[in-house]
Amino acid sequence: MSAWSIVAAEAPRFFTYWNMLFLTQAVGNTLIASVVGCGLGYALGFLLAVLRLPQVMPLPPVRAAAILWVEAFRRIPFLVLLLLVFFLTQALRLEAPLWSIAVAAVAIRMSALAAENIRAGLDSVRPQQWEAALTMNLAPLAALFRIVLPQSWRVILPPSIVHVLSMVKETSLVSQIGFIELTFAAKMLTQRGFSAILTYGTALVMYFLISWLLASLARAAGRKLTARPIVLTP
Amino acid sequence: MSLQYGQVLHYLPDFLWGAGLSLWIAAVAFAGGLLIGLVGAAILTSAPWWARLPVIGYVRFFTYTPQLVQIFFLFFALPEFGVILPPIAAVLIGMTLNAGAYLTEIERAGFESVPPAELDAAETLGFSRVQTVWHVIAPHVVRTLYPSLSNHYIIMTLGTSMAAIFGVEELTARALNANAISFRSVEIFSLAALIYIALTIIASFLLWGLGRWLFRIRARVF
Repeated sequence: MSAWSIVAAEAPRFFTYWNMLFLTQAVGNTLIASVVGCGLGYALGFLLAVLRLPQVMPLPPVRAAAILWVEAFRRIPFLVLLLLVFFLTQALRLEAPLWSIAVAAVAIRMSALAAENIRAGLDSVRPQQWEAALTMNLAPLAALFRIVLPQSWRVILPPSIVHVLSMVKETSLVSQIGFIELTFAAKMLTQRGFSAILTYGTALVMYFLISWLLASLARAAGRKLTARPIVLTP
Repeated sequence: MSLQYGQVLHYLPDFLWGAGLSLWIAAVAFAGGLLIGLVGAAILTSAPWWARLPVIGYVRFFTYTPQLVQIFFLFFALPEFGVILPPIAAVLIGMTLNAGAYLTEIERAGFESVPPAELDAAETLGFSRVQTVWHVIAPHVVRTLYPSLSNHYIIMTLGTSMAAIFGVEELTARALNANAISFRSVEIFSLAALIYIALTIIASFLLWGLGRWLFRIRARVF
């Protein structure tokens, strides 16, 4: 039998309600890991970006530590970072559920990328704005939140949507620790005997649809807010 | 928890050979991707719509789906069509096609960075085709492309870690093997992480210096 006739014969058995429900729940897990991880990562990344601002943080060692964190974690492959977090929780005897390990790894990786993005956003505001605000006796944090940050949203927002898209793709690696996200679900269905064309093909289509949605969102935000083109990253 | 780095340091030479393989995989896939990107970008900038459509589809498909699942598909679905790829071939083909899609977009931005007025000026001044490419187009394209291409090479070096999943013996796979033998997981993976950090910092520095020396580009690399 040729490959296509196998696919045609298996398709009715594959596209059943229960299999699709299983895959949809797996998509849910992919989205939870990437969206919650990105949210936490952006919060941490914002803290890191603020800690390396000389206007806000007067202590050089703290600024250096923030830079070190960012430089280290953006240079570690996500798979290695994930395994490191995974084995670290084991070594510390934390009874961490798999989803929390996935979210933690995504958050740590995203904190480094987010800090760079937020820094680029803050740098896009002219330094005279800082000087004027500080001269008018605003506290550094007040100057940040009331003057600089409102002007830098338009630079920060479009790439942050691209970051969520990147993490949706990167979380496919979380299948390696056994978290049932989309890639792991496709692997399980393959092991139940379905053709890899159907299982991984369906997973690819689902990833494509999520990414398409996020990329359209990022492009729309980019058109509205910045003149910079949207560049997708792996 | 007590960390025993003394028990894992003897893996260092083995890990460094693995890192060499990582760099090699990234270099081969990057070179292939550069060629695909050149063709793709040329089609996107100057071909009619019916030729652009498949290129846009290719770029969309490979940039919207995870590289891991693409390689899974090559590795597990192609055998059903009678094509059985060894792991290293599946990884290289997958990464090359993936890089080709990203580099098409990057190189297109490079081609579009040439101001049309300068091309008109070159024509008016009677430049030959070769002179136009060398003196007008190349400086713009190289200046726009060099930082993005360098960044992408480093991102790809980090991306090679997923070759471990297919049993290619690069750095991450050697770390997984060492972990299976010694059970000193945290030490081993932090050592591997440090090697990746060192590797990419050295690559950033070399690429930055090269760009500065060859093309006088001051942009930061990765």
